[in-house]
Amino acid sequence: MYRSHVLVCGGTGCTSSGSHKIIDTLQAEIEKNGLSKEVSVVQTGCFGLCALGPIMIIYPEATFYSMVKEDDIPEIVSEHLAKGRIVTRLLYNETVTEDGIKSLNETDFYKKQHRIALRNCGVINPENIEEYIGTHGYEALGKVLTEYTPDEVIQTILDSGLRGRGGGGFPTGLKWKLAKGNDADQKYVCCNADEGDPGAFMDRSVLEGDPHVVLEAMAIAGYAIGASQGYIYVRAEYPIAVDRLEIAIAQAREYGLLGKNIFGTDFSFDIGLRLGAGAFVCGEETALMTSIEGNRGEPRPRPPFPAQKGLFGKPTILNNVETYANIPQIILNGAEWFAAMGTEKSKGTKVFALGGKIKNTGLVEIPMGTTLREVVEQIGGGIPNGKKFKAAQTGGPSGGCIPVEHFDIPIDYDNLIEIGSMMGSGGLIVMDEDNCMVDIAKFFLEFTVDESCGKCTPCRIGTKRMYEMLDKITKGQGTLEDIDKLEELCYHIKENSLCGLGQTAPNPVLSTLRYFKDEYIAHVVDKKCPAGVCKDLLSFVIDPDKCKGCTLCSRVCPNGAIEGKVKEIHVIYQDKCVKCGACMEKCKFGAISKH
Amino acid sequence: MKTLEELKAIREKMQGQVGLRSEDANQTRVVVGMATCGIASGARPVLTTLSDAVQTKNLTNISVTQTGCIGLCQYEPIVEVMEPGKDKVTYIKMTPEKALEVLEQHLIRGQIVSKYTINSEGRI
Repeated sequence: MYRSHVLVCGGTGCTSSGSHKIIDTLQAEIEKNGLSKEVSVVQTGCFGLCALGPIMIIYPEATFYSMVKEDDIPEIVSEHLAKGRIVTRLLYNETVTEDGIKSLNETDFYKKQHRIALRNCGVINPENIEEYIGTHGYEALGKVLTEYTPDEVIQTILDSGLRGRGGGGFPTGLKWKLAKGNDADQKYVCCNADEGDPGAFMDRSVLEGDPHVVLEAMAIAGYAIGASQGYIYVRAEYPIAVDRLEIAIAQAREYGLLGKNIFGTDFSFDIGLRLGAGAFVCGEETALMTSIEGNRGEPRPRPPFPAQKGLFGKPTILNNVETYANIPQIILNGAEWFAAMGTEKSKGTKVFALGGKIKNTGLVEIPMGTTLREVVEQIGGGIPNGKKFKAAQTGGPSGGCIPVEHFDIPIDYDNLIEIGSMMGSGGLIVMDEDNCMVDIAKFFLEFTVDESCGKCTPCRIGTKRMYEMLDKITKGQGTLEDIDKLEELCYHIKENSLCGLGQTAPNPVLSTLRYFKDEYIAHVVDKKCPAGVCKDLLSFVIDPDKCKGCTLCSRVCPNGAIEGKVKEIHVIYQDKCVKCGACMEKCKFGAISKH
Repeated sequence: MKTLEELKAIREKMQGQVGLRSEDANQTRVVVGMATCGIASGARPVLTTLSDAVQTKNLTNISVTQTGCIGLCQYEPIVEVMEPGKDKVTYIKMTPEKALEVLEQHLIRGQIVSKYTINSEGRI
């Protein structure tokens, strides 16, 4: 037994900033100080504050060290672990106050959060099934197998009001009920872990931090609908998540929590992993199942819906990772407990991956109905460098931009759709005044053009044409008719595409047209990019009054576009300028500006 | 695993250990002085004994932590018990055996073990 636990984040973010080396050094130092029998080092999943990684928490004091380097380890071990003296200089600065050290749960980042799906992330060792059991793991599975009928399980999920966390927001209980109602010799439970939105990493973090919760929830779903086999479809680009899932499945089988006659009942259930090659379209349910079947990942028309004819033509339910992560807690705490959180039509919490122009980049879980302002300003810590908030992008390439006038809108499924965006899987990218909205729309369109599977024409050709029009606009060659045509094409693609990818691909364009049309017009009519992003519409100019003739700019120009002698005013030749901005960065007198 | 009892047994075994990783303002804090003076007079076995016992008994409302020099080096090893809303109780010249007695009497049954407190020395 250990008197102290040192938790080091082993999520993708902290791993890439070197947390593995930190764990190795830590273990060596602890050994050296003769503390190996007293202090245990635990590799956990994501704590959420990815911007400050590598992160380390030492219990029982709950000391939160951020941006830990290998060189800091000897001090942490000899001071904190051996002598109980906290290394103040490494503390997360938000926890240091004049009155001493503040509890982590009191900091702005954690205070407003409510962790259900992420409850074990950053708390347990994801590679140890007993730690999961120690936090009431597999208790919900035991409870449903011994006390509930399948119908009672489904009714509990229905009553909780849980809706799909993958983006669409379809009621989970209803999905299960439909699949239960279809008789078949074989049914399947699938987990969609093909998280593909740029900037979204909620599902990855759950899989890395608490893989057993997904296995347990899938077994519960299997019992509810009468399935004996499950598949997790996870992208191969998530190597840590794949590893931990493999370990978790092996341990669950070893403990008899997957396999035949679980808890001595008639219920048998097993789970297989299927690795996706990273195609965005495979996050769409029918394409995902086609891919599991071993075929090229392309969607097919619905109906028949998966609940009728899904994987291998059998009734199937497909839920997202985060949806599953809520299930055991709903069973253990009751539907009313879950339904008491959130808004009228969106219950519970939602995990968001905060990214873009925000101080606390990372992972947060908030009750539905929290306002965007609270998420950005309080939890996210606001926008760095004193810049102004311009918009938040939710839903990735399928979503839209929320402008500052909707800053106080409570976040839930229906509100976001009403203002032209969508929940999506939970990526939330914050943009400030330096982001060009036309450029953002172009970025997402470029992504959908790449990721369109090519099966249906509106998506394959339509998105390409949209991209070309946006490209033309950002180059200053667009006309007002182009904007009208672009909008018309958006509606056409939305109505006629086969699957969700195409149906939602125009959303980034439509929402930026709705809220930031003036920026489009500035590109087309004035041939200017107000945010100063679109290179073709920029020109760098030297102010003759401020130029001292130091020659620094002409020396850094990579293309020899600046001419001038020492102590004489310099000039930028626009035909040669590649608009890299190097001169502006170097000028000590602020004489160079972009227009 | 064939029964719910087996699951429960693992859960109870692990709960105390995972319970160490919580942060709760209502917890009773048991602090052991672990500066050079404390370590030299044998604070380490006191600390580990207390920590092990709290986890074995699954007392998740108690957190056993260490601190630096408390300032009364001649009385080390010192154990301080801080219960929310109550005065701090300071136990001196602790040994693992005495510490377990404090755990049983004070932390579990709520009776201060006066013979080990600093007041028992009659000086403070």
